[in-house]
Amino acid sequence: MKGHLRVPAIATGLILLLAACNGGTSESTAPGGAGSPAGDWQGVDDGTELTMWTRAATEARSQALVDAYNESHENQIELRIVPTDDYQTVVGAAAPNNELPDLFSADVVFMPNWTSQGLFTDLTSRIDSLPYIDDVGQAHIVASTWEGAKYGLPFIIDLSVWMYNKALFEEAGLDPEAPPTTLAEFADAARAIQDLDREGVYGTFFGGNCGGCNVFTWWPISWAEGEPIMNEEGTESLNNNDAMKEVYSTFAALWEEGVIHPDSQAEAGPTWIGYFPEGSIGIMPMPASLQGMANENLADEDIGVTPIAGISGGESTFVGGDSIGISKDSENVDQAWNFLAWMLDEEAQVEVVAQGGNVVARTDLAGNEYSSADPRLVIFNEIAGQGETPFALRFGQTYNDPQGPWIPLFRAAVFEGADDATIEELNETITQSLSE
Amino acid sequence: MNAISDRLAPGRLLGPEGWRRRRTLIGMGYALPTAIMVAVFFIVPLLLVVQMSASDWTLLSGDRGLNVPENYADLGSGRLFWPAVEFTIRYTLIVTVLLIALGLLMALVVQESGRWSGMLRTVFLLPLAVGLAAASLLFWGFYSNSIGPLNPMLQGAGLIESPISFLGTPTNALMSTVFLIVWKFAGFYMLILLVGLQSIPRDIYESAALDGAGRWSTFRHITLPLLRPALALSLILAVTGSLLAFDQFFLLTKGGPDNTTVTIVQLIYREAFQLQDLGKAAAISIVLLVALLALNALWFRSLRKPATE
Repeated sequence: MKGHLRVPAIATGLILLLAACNGGTSESTAPGGAGSPAGDWQGVDDGTELTMWTRAATEARSQALVDAYNESHENQIELRIVPTDDYQTVVGAAAPNNELPDLFSADVVFMPNWTSQGLFTDLTSRIDSLPYIDDVGQAHIVASTWEGAKYGLPFIIDLSVWMYNKALFEEAGLDPEAPPTTLAEFADAARAIQDLDREGVYGTFFGGNCGGCNVFTWWPISWAEGEPIMNEEGTESLNNNDAMKEVYSTFAALWEEGVIHPDSQAEAGPTWIGYFPEGSIGIMPMPASLQGMANENLADEDIGVTPIAGISGGESTFVGGDSIGISKDSENVDQAWNFLAWMLDEEAQVEVVAQGGNVVARTDLAGNEYSSADPRLVIFNEIAGQGETPFALRFGQTYNDPQGPWIPLFRAAVFEGADDATIEELNETITQSLSE
Repeated sequence: MNAISDRLAPGRLLGPEGWRRRRTLIGMGYALPTAIMVAVFFIVPLLLVVQMSASDWTLLSGDRGLNVPENYADLGSGRLFWPAVEFTIRYTLIVTVLLIALGLLMALVVQESGRWSGMLRTVFLLPLAVGLAAASLLFWGFYSNSIGPLNPMLQGAGLIESPISFLGTPTNALMSTVFLIVWKFAGFYMLILLVGLQSIPRDIYESAALDGAGRWSTFRHITLPLLRPALALSLILAVTGSLLAFDQFFLLTKGGPDNTTVTIVQLIYREAFQLQDLGKAAAISIVLLVALLALNALWFRSLRKPATE
């Protein structure tokens, strides 16, 4: 080696050696049970500052729970709202660097992927010690279970329903108290609204460029028909089944007829639930939440709710929303558990969740004073028991990814009138993605 | 085989030869902090990326062993890879031509000192003060059909009858993004070319005028040839920057509609953070790096003036 290069070379070598010694990601630190509960099933409330992340799609409900907890406890939670589209990226960047917060929620469909990669602390013994655990809806807990260990609890229950504008229904000559009970009736109601020919008013709206929006709102139609959209292992796509093809052709017809708001074609998700509260959409699939819905353009009494129906009838819903767990990097597990135990307790579920017009996570509290007072909330709580939560390890990569294979399939089917052969071909790309 | 200790031995640092050695050591001492910075922030990460590209390395579970040459061999078979390469090259060609042409035009306009040139220079340079991500979000708002002011303004002025879907078709999405980039960076290229213009000696123009050369002839035979270094710099910056385009497409179009505006760097991002495959993402990065190095090497070689004309 030339003399004048020796020192820089040695310096570089030292640095490389340092990098090699300190490099590599940390091993998963989800031990089999992060200790047994600290005596009391409620955890510890000793004034610890806790950090928590949640995605923007659940901001209002997350903030309400955190605010109520902070008001009534010594522990204080600092909540960070992460833009929904960036959530997976933000968590993925923090995880290998051991920078996850104490608590973080996850879209329930991401839980199989994240629990299998050791992002959460094992909470099995703590969850099993909850006195009300038998009354907690199991869908989220099942989705948060990996190889027999439980890592998450239901945080925000997000169901999908059809919401319709009763004032527009009445104006169009439809009975506002007799909402659609089949997909065809949904389409006819949308057409009737469109026939009002009012400027800015459209029959329906949907996220035409949003993968997550449409699994959330179209799959229940297939489930109501008893037709699954994936195999049990989540490695084969059945989005080419008869029910889904009927969904595609129905929406394709509505698009062709101009019944769907034109912004639907480019709607990638950020604003898809912003159109119904403007009072200009007749009927559309929406998340099951009335929180913040009513405004000067849409009176509360004009917000109608009905379960998503199948092709020939039946009802179903996508039991989605967020699960929540304690991260592998938390050093305050007992304190973080205090929030989780409180969150599912009666006071939080009734006085915060139900009072805010949202679905409770406990079946024994479904008939609470707030839900009973509003028949729409009764619908929410009732259909929660009839819905499904799909399972796939590569759910996000397949259905939520803007470049994933799900979006091209439904866009081709709805906006380009793709034939059966094309749908089969595109469905196969979804299977390839699921099984990679 | 001189050890450092031999070099530093007192006897060897005395006398004329010792003085030269002292100078060498002092020089190395000055260069060492920079060398460490370059090593830590460039060389080490680069070597890590090379290692990643040869490994089955996931985002959440880390290095799971060698995976070469699969990470590279699988690249071409990805459904988005070649369309992303084609789109990135097409976008680069469009943006490069527009940025340099507009930059040159703006530089020619403002090169003369006058009442308006100072103000014009400021106006042309202002967009540079806005970060690219912020500008992309701003333009997303402008172009939005639900909250944007652009369509209502154009309809109000009678320029269009129905709203334009600025991001809803492949052509519109591309041109809307090109408009953002040209708005933001034309001033930067104006600056480079302005410096180039101002370095051309005045007496050459005077001589040309005396010889009866017209404006176009002067521009073609004097300005452009003498502007060659500045044009070359502008070209390589525009091409490199465009080949690495990411922020504007990630925020404005998200690669849509229908994956028609996916760039190579977006693919890298997707592999790493959506598909959680750092190995494949690193492989795409290395391929892109090699392509850029080759392009720059060819470019600088072609810019070298011939020894004799």
